[in-house]
Amino acid sequence: MTVAAIFFYLFSIVMIASAFMVIAARNPVHSVLFLILAFVNASALFVLVGAEFLAMILVVVYVGAVAVLFLFVVMMLDVDFAELKQGFLQYLPLGALIGIVVAVELILVVGGWSVAPGAKATNAPAITALSNTEALGLVLYTRHVYFFQAAGFVLLTAMIGAIVLTLRHKPDVKRQDISEQNARTREEAVEVKKVPSRAGV
Amino acid sequence: MTPLSFALAHSLPEIVLAVGALALLMLGALRKLTGDWIISECAIVLLGLAALSMLFQVQSSAVIWDGAFIDDSFGRFMKLLALCGALVSLLLSREFMAREGIDFFEFPVLILLATLGMLMLISAQSLIALYLGLELMSLALYVIAAFHRDNLRASEAGLKYFVLGALSSGMMLYGASLIYGFAGTVSFTGIGEALRGGPSIGIVFGLVFLMAGLAFKMSVVPFHMWTPDVYEGAPTPVTAFFASAAKMAAVAITVRIVITAFPGMKVQWQQIVVFISILSMAVGAFGAIGQTNIKRLMAYSSIGHMGFALVGLSAGTQQGVLGVLVYLAIYLVMTLGTFAAILSMRIGNRYVENIGDLAGLSRNNKLLAFVLAMMMFSLAGIPPLAGFFAKWYVFVAAIQSNLYWLAVIGMLASVVSAFYYLRVVKIMYLDEPARPFDRVNWEVTAVMALGGLFVVLFWVYPGPLVEAASAAAKSLF
Repeated sequence: MTVAAIFFYLFSIVMIASAFMVIAARNPVHSVLFLILAFVNASALFVLVGAEFLAMILVVVYVGAVAVLFLFVVMMLDVDFAELKQGFLQYLPLGALIGIVVAVELILVVGGWSVAPGAKATNAPAITALSNTEALGLVLYTRHVYFFQAAGFVLLTAMIGAIVLTLRHKPDVKRQDISEQNARTREEAVEVKKVPSRAGV
Repeated sequence: MTPLSFALAHSLPEIVLAVGALALLMLGALRKLTGDWIISECAIVLLGLAALSMLFQVQSSAVIWDGAFIDDSFGRFMKLLALCGALVSLLLSREFMAREGIDFFEFPVLILLATLGMLMLISAQSLIALYLGLELMSLALYVIAAFHRDNLRASEAGLKYFVLGALSSGMMLYGASLIYGFAGTVSFTGIGEALRGGPSIGIVFGLVFLMAGLAFKMSVVPFHMWTPDVYEGAPTPVTAFFASAAKMAAVAITVRIVITAFPGMKVQWQQIVVFISILSMAVGAFGAIGQTNIKRLMAYSSIGHMGFALVGLSAGTQQGVLGVLVYLAIYLVMTLGTFAAILSMRIGNRYVENIGDLAGLSRNNKLLAFVLAMMMFSLAGIPPLAGFFAKWYVFVAAIQSNLYWLAVIGMLASVVSAFYYLRVVKIMYLDEPARPFDRVNWEVTAVMALGGLFVVLFWVYPGPLVEAASAAAKSLF
């Protein structure tokens, strides 16, 4: 067994186990943490097959943003997950049935699948000295620059929308003004009072 | 590979809007001022510049940005309509937003971004460009529907529009992925070539889902349920924007995609278009009868009008596309004129929306009553007003393609819809006067006057519009 194969089985086993723990864990916070573990192992698998760009994106986007967002939601919303799981046994037969149907469908589709005779590896890109990231960058900013810019505008619009619809400027709220803080001098900030003895302030 | 200057020259209006929107956003965010309207005026100027830049463009077709974007006279015609709709809506919005206390600088910026999305949508030449343009337009529209965020009905409108819009986007993406899977390309012309040998069942499914997503954006039956609620809840200038510019873009891309990408599947898409066209005309005609709120009435009216416009598309010929274009141009003017009239319905500094508030308007404000009456007659399609010619062109195209019964159903629907348009006129001219409206400002008066003149005098000199539409329709075939 090569080193790569050993690592493949290591990452796969950890990933499957943690994916199972996501749905098995009683505490939702633990579920999210197991989800993060599953993502990290998946990205390690991507590195093994040479897709280092996808691996990094998976860590940045899914671990860095999506999973943390999940964690926020789980912690901020007071959902009683124990209560949600009450009817688990009751719905088990139906769930199992749907699972079996989907599994059978998958087996039928994959079993009946064959590669068209003319479709060898015609679409596979030529292996060059380029890294994934370089190869993506070469088309992203040239051939697909229109889509790239358009997607940027879509995201900008979403950001403006979120700010417009939720941000409220409340006049009475105390805010931190760093320049004002830094500009304070000892004379403004500290007042020395002469306290007469035995009289209190 | 085309040179950059060539590509930039052919997407000049989009670039003007994109750069302008970013500049105005920076300006607004850095100035931290609200309530003064320099941003809105700049946005109006930018929309005008974008429209003007099209007049100076090279008048030829070009596919640029690696096959994602097409600049042709069909696109230019529809872009001009969308820009006009956006410009007039923004002009009408200034006083309304100030009075309602929601004149934030983001509003004109969002209008610009939505218009940018519309232009990109109209020029889309591949499924990815179609989706990106559609999302840019829709996201901005969701936000401005809920722009009056302290108003419960506006928030409801925004949320409803967003949830249903996301659903329709999902359906459209599903359809697009099926089409890509079965045709092997995302480019419209490529799909057209791949379908030469007859369509497979998968691509028919894809077409149905794609049409469902587009039908939602056009608000045609059976994807119209959101329209009355959103039109009623959203601020009135935003409703005007929805009913004018947004419809132009949605119909334009529908026409472009069925004509350029699916000429080999005419039998299939013709059935869909005929089906939604008949249902829309019927729902538009019967649904509006019981309405008391004029914005809801206009919502049903717009559903019906989209049905009429699609009659032209069902023909699937160059004559039919010409009918759609003429219909949309005239519908745009009628809608904007009517919404200008709705925006002048203000009693004691409060905007009112009930049809009953119009009672006896002819004795209080002769000009407003006359313009609104002309708009209603024109929407009903009574000769010799512009609305009659709009219907004339689409029905002629349908009859030339032997769709006699479709034309007959359309005429029956138009007779039924005349009932509620004429009811508005009757309330204005024959009922006892209600409280008079406040004075209207010059922008609203100007839009009403121009709209009224166009509608009344269209028959005198219809040549330029019909010729431009004819050239635009020709570029698609």
